[in-house]
Amino acid sequence: MYKVERKTIIESVKGMLLESVKTLHKEVLDAFENARENERNPLAKNILDKILENHEIANSKDIPLCQDTGIVVCFLEIGRELYFDYDLDEAINVGVSQAYIEGYLRKSIVRHPLNRINTMDNTPAVIHHEFIPGNKLIIHIAPKGGGSENMSTLKMLSPSEGREGLIQFVLDTITKGGGRPCPPLIVGVGIGGNFEKCAWLAKKAILRPLGDITENPVDRELEVELMERINKLDVGPMGLGGDATCIGVKVNSFPCHIASLPVAVNLQCHSARKSEVTLIGKEINHTNN
Amino acid sequence: MEKKLTTPITDEQIKTLKVGDEVLISGYIYTGRDAAHKNMIESIKRNEPLPFDVKDQVIYYVGPTPAKENQIIGSCGPTSSYRMDKYSPYLMEKGLKVMIGKGDRSIEFNQVVKKYQGLYLLAIGGIGAKLSQCVVENTLIAYPELQSEAIRRLKVIDFPAIVAIDFEGNSIFTK
Repeated sequence: MYKVERKTIIESVKGMLLESVKTLHKEVLDAFENARENERNPLAKNILDKILENHEIANSKDIPLCQDTGIVVCFLEIGRELYFDYDLDEAINVGVSQAYIEGYLRKSIVRHPLNRINTMDNTPAVIHHEFIPGNKLIIHIAPKGGGSENMSTLKMLSPSEGREGLIQFVLDTITKGGGRPCPPLIVGVGIGGNFEKCAWLAKKAILRPLGDITENPVDRELEVELMERINKLDVGPMGLGGDATCIGVKVNSFPCHIASLPVAVNLQCHSARKSEVTLIGKEINHTNN
Repeated sequence: MEKKLTTPITDEQIKTLKVGDEVLISGYIYTGRDAAHKNMIESIKRNEPLPFDVKDQVIYYVGPTPAKENQIIGSCGPTSSYRMDKYSPYLMEKGLKVMIGKGDRSIEFNQVVKKYQGLYLLAIGGIGAKLSQCVVENTLIAYPELQSEAIRRLKVIDFPAIVAIDFEGNSIFTK
């Protein structure tokens, strides 16, 4: 049996959040540089300049990229050989709480959707769990902004609507969202499963690296076609027109019912903050059986 | 070339601006988003005074991150404006002239801006670190219990924005 210490999890979560709110991954920055080079709309180009300049200021002055430091989403891949003698979710939430209080991040979570009393430390995080072989714990974490989350959609299509119906639904989501979700976007599309599974797939999709190419040829073709068609919509940075509406489309699929074609579209704003860590469990002796 | 806009806002200033114009705002502006709007509109309905006189003023839809000890303000970019659509007419009725936020508003809102001869300005979303550099003063003036949603008076210098709805009700989103 193997163990990852509670303290290690708290420290990792805290560290990842504090870093991710002010630093984007290089591949995301490269995508913005590239979009700026290719942008034909002058106002859009100007906005892309400001997005890149904002990143420099956030880094050099240690200020969050965006005031909306999000609701924390966490995907855990838990090695089956790991043993926990503490509450793993609680440990994650302690890390979140410490990051948001000590890091001067915005506390954006209310206890109940209708009473709307702030929890004061941005907990609880939304945590998803999966088991994997081995003794590792992989934590994927993203402080996810409310604006792009609000413009995300889910629809149970009829199978007869097919591939083109699905594409239209994605395009409608982007068009209707306009500037509200803060494009240029990363678009996560979940197809199949059932009502909640497709949303889960879409959320997982936005956390895939931009350079990640899916093995499924149907999904891969869809990613390429959606990217091309989304960037022809002229939504552009902040919805003011332009070539750069999205910098990536990621499609995840799952088998589904003969009657269904579930589709979820999760939007990631240009402040595409995320982080991941792999923690290796240490072997523990269990002499007292 | 950007046009300068100084608060408090005069009708003369407003009438020189058209959809798509880039402006640089200087002077005092007030923060307020969902919860602060809800409180203010409840005050108006009860005939109680507002926490500040909105006449000829600017409200910026923002909930900043907390300022660290060496900072005036934290990250402070705009939030989506459409959520304030049902509240804004009450404030414009009281003389509010300018709103700053991100994204489009309801189609009907173009006519509200025209009716009160105001302006809706866009700030670029997701660049709160950069925008914080325009803020030189930050004073909490109402609803401290709302935390990031409290009303603050900010002094800004050359805060960049784009005219999204002008006083004639033209919108950058419905061109």
